[in-house]
Amino acid sequence: MASPNTGVKEHSHGGDLPISRLDTHGSFDVAAFPVPTGREEEWRFTPLRRLRGLHDSDGAATGAVTVETQAPEGVSVETVGRDDTRLGRSFLPNDRVSALAYSAFSEATVVTVAKDTEVSEPVHVKVTGNSEGEAYGHILLRAESHSSATVVLEYAGSATYSDNVEYVVEDGARLTVISLQDWERDAVQVSHQYAKVGKDAKLTNFMITLGGDLVRISPSVRYAGRGGDAELHGLYFTGAGQHHEHRSLVDHDASNSRSRVEYKGALSGEDAHAVWIGDVIIGEGTQGTDSYEYNRNLVLTDGTRVDSVPNLEIFTGEVEGAGHASASGKLDDIHLFYLQSRGIPADEARRLVIRGYFAELINRIEIPDLRERIMDEVEEKLALHE
Amino acid sequence: MTKFEIRGLRADVLIGAEDREEILKGVDLTIDSGETHAIMGPNGSGKSTLAYAIAGHPRYEVTDGEVLLDGENVLEMSVDERARAGMFLAMQYPVEVPGVSMSNFLRSSVTAVRGEAPKLRTFSKEMQNAMKGLSIDPAFASRGVNEGFSGGEKKRHEILQLELLRPKFAILDETDSGLDVDALKVVSEGINRVKAETNVGVLLITHYSRILNHVKADHVHVFAKGRVAESGGPELADALESEGYERFVKAGA
Repeated sequence: MASPNTGVKEHSHGGDLPISRLDTHGSFDVAAFPVPTGREEEWRFTPLRRLRGLHDSDGAATGAVTVETQAPEGVSVETVGRDDTRLGRSFLPNDRVSALAYSAFSEATVVTVAKDTEVSEPVHVKVTGNSEGEAYGHILLRAESHSSATVVLEYAGSATYSDNVEYVVEDGARLTVISLQDWERDAVQVSHQYAKVGKDAKLTNFMITLGGDLVRISPSVRYAGRGGDAELHGLYFTGAGQHHEHRSLVDHDASNSRSRVEYKGALSGEDAHAVWIGDVIIGEGTQGTDSYEYNRNLVLTDGTRVDSVPNLEIFTGEVEGAGHASASGKLDDIHLFYLQSRGIPADEARRLVIRGYFAELINRIEIPDLRERIMDEVEEKLALHE
Repeated sequence: MTKFEIRGLRADVLIGAEDREEILKGVDLTIDSGETHAIMGPNGSGKSTLAYAIAGHPRYEVTDGEVLLDGENVLEMSVDERARAGMFLAMQYPVEVPGVSMSNFLRSSVTAVRGEAPKLRTFSKEMQNAMKGLSIDPAFASRGVNEGFSGGEKKRHEILQLELLRPKFAILDETDSGLDVDALKVVSEGINRVKAETNVGVLLITHYSRILNHVKADHVHVFAKGRVAESGGPELADALESEGYERFVKAGA
C-alpha cells in the first residue's frame, strides 16, 4: 500500500533535479545530499546567505540551546543521548539540513504519552537559544495507542538552530502540537517536523511563526494505517525584513486518510517575505483520500513579497476529495466600509478585520492563555506598522 | 429638530480602474426629523446608489452637490465621522466580516457613536433586549458579523443596529427585500419603535409598497433615471402599486 515516497528509500545519485515530490528521497547520510546552491526547486525561495551555515557547515555545534519541559501526570519526559534506539525510526531526513541536524545533535528530548492515557493539561517543551554559533536539536513526541495529549513546543531567544521533530501518533491516538516560533528578531531556524499518523489516529498541528530573522519549517505527514487524519493549521505574521517559509508535505500513502492544510499569514513592512509551499501526494493504489489545502496572505503594506505554491499530485482515480486554494490580497475595503459606516474609526476597523482574519484560526487552539498571547503578539506586530 | 438635505447630488459608480458611469443626475430632497419619506422606483433607477453615495461607499464617487445634516456637509466627513454625526444606513446587502463577533462589533460601534464605552453589563442587557424585540436568537451575538446569516437574519441585524445606535437620520435601503410576511412585520415594528422613541428622520428606499402598510410614510417620491421624478403623499404609493413604474421608465427615454 505504501507509495515510494519520502522516508522509505535511500537517496539515489541520479544527478537530475526531482520533478515530482515522489522523487524526493531520504537519507541519514549528510553526504547523500549536495550542498544547496539556491537554484534547486526546494531552495530557490530561501536566502541561503542568511542561514549562517546551517546548510553547508561541517555539523560541529558551536552554539547551544536549553530545553525546558513541563509535563502533567501520565506523560514522561526524558533527555536521552544519541544512542537511544527510539530515535530516528519514524523518518528519513529529506534534505541536507535535516540530515546534518540529525548527525550533529548531542541530546534529544523524548516525550511519551502512555497507551490509553488521556491528559488534558498541555505538555510544554521550550527551546531557548542564548549563544552564538550553530545549535542542533532533536525532539521525539510519541502518543502511544489510544492516548490523547496536547504539546506546546516553543522556540524563543536568539540562536542559529536546526532540528528534527518526530511526531509518532500511534493507532487511535490523538495528538495536538502547537509549535510556536517566538524567537528574538535575530534568530535563524530551519526545522523539519516529521509526523507518522497511525490507523484511525489524529494529528492536529498549529504552526505559529512570529519571530526570527529567518524561519524555515517543513512539516510532513505520512500515514501508517487507514483512517488517519491530519490537520495542519498555520499562522504567520511576517514583519519588515523577516523571512518566514513553511513547506508542508502530506503523503496520503494509506487509504481513507484525511488531511486539511490551512495556512494564513499577514505581511507588513519593507522586505517582509513569506513562502508557503503545500505539497499533497495521493498515493498509487489508495482509496477514499480526502484532502484540502489552503493558503491565504493578507498584504498590509507595500514592499512585501509572497510566494504561495500549492502542489497536488494524484496517482489514483479513487479519491474522495482533493482541492487547493491560494489567495493573496489587501484588506477588503468593503469590510472596512461596513465597520466605519457604524462609526468605528478607520484604524480600529482595520484592527478588527485583521484580528477577525486570524481569530478564526486562533480560536481553534484550546488553550485560552495561549490564544490570548498569540493574539496580543499579532497586535503588537500590527502596531509597529500603523 | 434635525434637517437633512440633499442638494443637486450627482454621483458615479466606479466600475473599474478607468471605467465609471454617472447614476445620480441631480437629486434634491429635504427631510425633517420625525418624517418618513419613501423613495420608490424601478430597478436600476439609482435608489441604492443614492444610499451608498451618501454613506461614502468606496465604489461610488460624488461628483457634484451636497448632503447637509443640520447644515453640515457630510460629504466632507470620513465614513465613520458621518455615522458619529448621526447618520445611519441599513444596507440592502449587509457585509459579512469573518471572525469579528457580532457582540464585539456592536460594542465597538456603540462606543464610537456614543463617545464612551457603555458599561459591559448594561450594554449586554440592552443588546439582549433589542435582539429579543427583533426575534433574534441570542446565539447570534457570538457569531461573526453577518457571517453565514440568511438574507432575513442580516436585515434583522441592520435594524438591531438602528435601535442601538439611535441615529438622527436613517436611510433604509430595501430593508423589506427578501423578507417573508412574519419577518417583515418584526422588522417594521423595530423601525416603528425607533421612530416613536427618537424622532428619527427616515428615508425608506423600496421597490414595493407592501412595507408601507407597516411603516407609515409621510411623503412618497418616485425615483427614475437618477433623480426624483415625482413627489406626493402616501396615495402615490398606491397608484404605483396598481399602475407600475412604466410611465416613469418610458418618460424621456
